[in-house]
Amino acid sequence: MSLLEIKNLTAKLAEEDKQILNGLNLTVEKGQVAAIMGPNGSGKSTLSYVLAGREDYEVTNGEALLDGENILELSPDERAAKGLFLAFQYPIEIPGVGQMTFLKAALNAQRRKNGLDDMPTPEFMKLVNGRAKELGISQDMLRRSVNVGFSGGEKKRNEILQMALLQPKLAILDETDSGLDIDALKIVADGVNAMRSPDRGFVVITHYQRLLDYIKPDVVHVLSAGRIIKTGGPELALELEAKGYADIVGKAA
Amino acid sequence: MPAVQETVEQVRAIDVDQYKYGFSTDIEMELAPKGLSEDIVRYISARKNEPAWMLEWRLDAYRRWLTMREPDWARVDYPQIDFQDMYYYAAPKSNAAPKSLDEIDPAILETYKKLGIPLREQEILAGVAPENRIAVDAVFDSVSVVTTFKEELKKSGVIFSSISEALHEHPELVRKYIGSVVPTTDNYYATLNAAVFSDGSFVYIPPGVRCPMELSTYFRINEQKTGQFERTLIIADKGSYVSYLEGCTAPMRDENQLHAAVVELIAHDDAEIKYSTVQNWYPGDSQGKGGIYNFVTKRGDCRGARSKISWTQVETGSAITWKYPSCILRGDDSQGEFYSIAVSNGAQQVDSGTKMIHLGKNTRSRIISKGISAGRSQNTYRGLVSAHRRATNAKNFTNCDSLLIGNACGAHTVPYIESKTASAVFEHEATTSKVSEDQMFYCMQRGLTQEEAIALIVNGFVKDVLQQLPMEFMVEAQKLIAISLEGSVG
Ligand SMILES: Nc1ncnc2c1ncn2[C@@H]1O[C@H](COP(=O)(O)OP(=O)(O)OP(=O)(O)O)[C@@H](O)[C@H]1O
Ligand SMILES: [Mg+2]
Repeated sequence: MSLLEIKNLTAKLAEEDKQILNGLNLTVEKGQVAAIMGPNGSGKSTLSYVLAGREDYEVTNGEALLDGENILELSPDERAAKGLFLAFQYPIEIPGVGQMTFLKAALNAQRRKNGLDDMPTPEFMKLVNGRAKELGISQDMLRRSVNVGFSGGEKKRNEILQMALLQPKLAILDETDSGLDIDALKIVADGVNAMRSPDRGFVVITHYQRLLDYIKPDVVHVLSAGRIIKTGGPELALELEAKGYADIVGKAA
Repeated sequence: MPAVQETVEQVRAIDVDQYKYGFSTDIEMELAPKGLSEDIVRYISARKNEPAWMLEWRLDAYRRWLTMREPDWARVDYPQIDFQDMYYYAAPKSNAAPKSLDEIDPAILETYKKLGIPLREQEILAGVAPENRIAVDAVFDSVSVVTTFKEELKKSGVIFSSISEALHEHPELVRKYIGSVVPTTDNYYATLNAAVFSDGSFVYIPPGVRCPMELSTYFRINEQKTGQFERTLIIADKGSYVSYLEGCTAPMRDENQLHAAVVELIAHDDAEIKYSTVQNWYPGDSQGKGGIYNFVTKRGDCRGARSKISWTQVETGSAITWKYPSCILRGDDSQGEFYSIAVSNGAQQVDSGTKMIHLGKNTRSRIISKGISAGRSQNTYRGLVSAHRRATNAKNFTNCDSLLIGNACGAHTVPYIESKTASAVFEHEATTSKVSEDQMFYCMQRGLTQEEAIALIVNGFVKDVLQQLPMEFMVEAQKLIAISLEGSVG
């Protein structure tokens, strides 16, 4: 069974009659890293939001199966507990809520939904401190409020910290590379690579080949106007880098 | 439906079941005849065997009250109160001066136990470290039914009793201080209270004594159609320290009930009083039916040099809250603080804040107010900071933050500043923010339910103030805030 199977998905803005996803088909296998590239405004973030259950969008057709189960009727927190993780293109600030409080609340909320007890605090502390160190996240950042006053790159690293802690089945990384300096890009890529495993999958949304030099994708999809219009191997990303989207988009249209 | 939109819908459906203290106790009560008159004032005074001067004081207040008008400047709206349509005195019949816990009606003990306030010292002692012990004065409708740990406190010279008892045991202290901070002429409700107050707590900490345990009063309204008018008087003599906590609940009823209390604090030279309130009176149902009218006058007098009074309040209950715990900074170098969390949901109306009156030199005050509005509620911060001509180098820092949940509620900030000295430094900061859909979605994507997400975000918002509460009550208050907002999400 595929890890993620999206069939003929159409979605529109909930408040307006604007269709953004137009019969999108996509399959991600277990153990796979799938890259999604595509022009600005083509619907990449929308796809990730619809999968995660954001209510600004209304699914008008199709289904999305995670491990064979249609998740589109579930609330965002239920999808999260089933192992879906989204690293946001623009992570959100939550003033006054300490990082540790947030991480612990999230981890334990998921554990409870999966019938596990809360993680004991010492174990939790050890876990966070270990992961934070690997990702070059300082103790100071752990003491601050969630994403408040973080630089763009720090916010992205923080998303990866959360992913490393929550150990999802399927992680969608929405332009996690944008805003990262060269060293941070390597650190984040190492973090992702360390989590690659035969039963976990990644959807990596990016505009640049550079990230894919570090996180080697198994497959590259091109999303345009709300559909996957082309699928290929890692060489497809190199081709796009050289020629841009005009060619493919033109052919598909 | 977007998350916040849904929040709004669900807030509309907030139901009274969430109020966990809404039960009532069936117990035989002695009630004064309904309504208010000089005879009722005499009745109350007589029931308490009060000295003649006390009765005169009450009657003076009553006569003045007749000439006063209900204030209408607060941003609250309610039908005219019929002061003749309620009882001004209600006491459990069995409570004819109990000498010990064994003489108290078990139904009352059970009530407090159910509220999480054990009154039997053995029960309190079991499993509680000495430094975490709390002495309780339990006020049931119009009377104090018991005060715990009195003997132990006596050893350090601390007087902790009901105010009725203090009138007999320490009349000179009561007479000296009562009405010295909130005069009988102060305002409509305070004057009414002076005429008909029935009980409350009395605390005296002798010079140089640090009160060995946390003191508290737990107010419970039980009887129908009854107003609760309690009066609390706390005196911290030179160089002493006391931390005091007040809690309150009431049954769920369709009618509105009046609670008009007066609290007076006096801090002499180098003394410090920390007064915390967790107010959880029944707020009424989602349509605004029922609930307590909480019209309260609380004021602290930093009478001595270098004295300090600090108010911390967590206000989650009541249909209407009208309350401005204030500090008169009379002593040179004295300090006043006000930390407040006011949560309103459903149809609740809150108009609360503080007054910091700087009279002495080098006086300092600090105001941190966090208002959270959900549902169709209205939440107003109203504050006054003033410096007298003599109050050179007076300093105030004010920070008022409002958090809105949904689109149907309102938050308002009404700060007044008056300074008659050029050397005063008053700083004011205010923000209004909303729990955004982005924040909700972010939290939920990480696995939190809507309710958990709201609680997390709100607790982050009020953290600075929560930290001011005594440790034991911090967690309690945190839970209470979450419960009060339960209706605001699924
Ligand atoms: N909430 C919204 N309100 C209005 N328009 C929206 C909303 N969400 C998405 N859109 C529109 O839908 C289209 C797809 O947006 P989306 O953010 O998914 O693009 P993207 O592929 O992620 O682009 P980028 O590469 O710039 O991140 C855009 O035209 C965008 O303006
Ligand atoms: Mg995007």
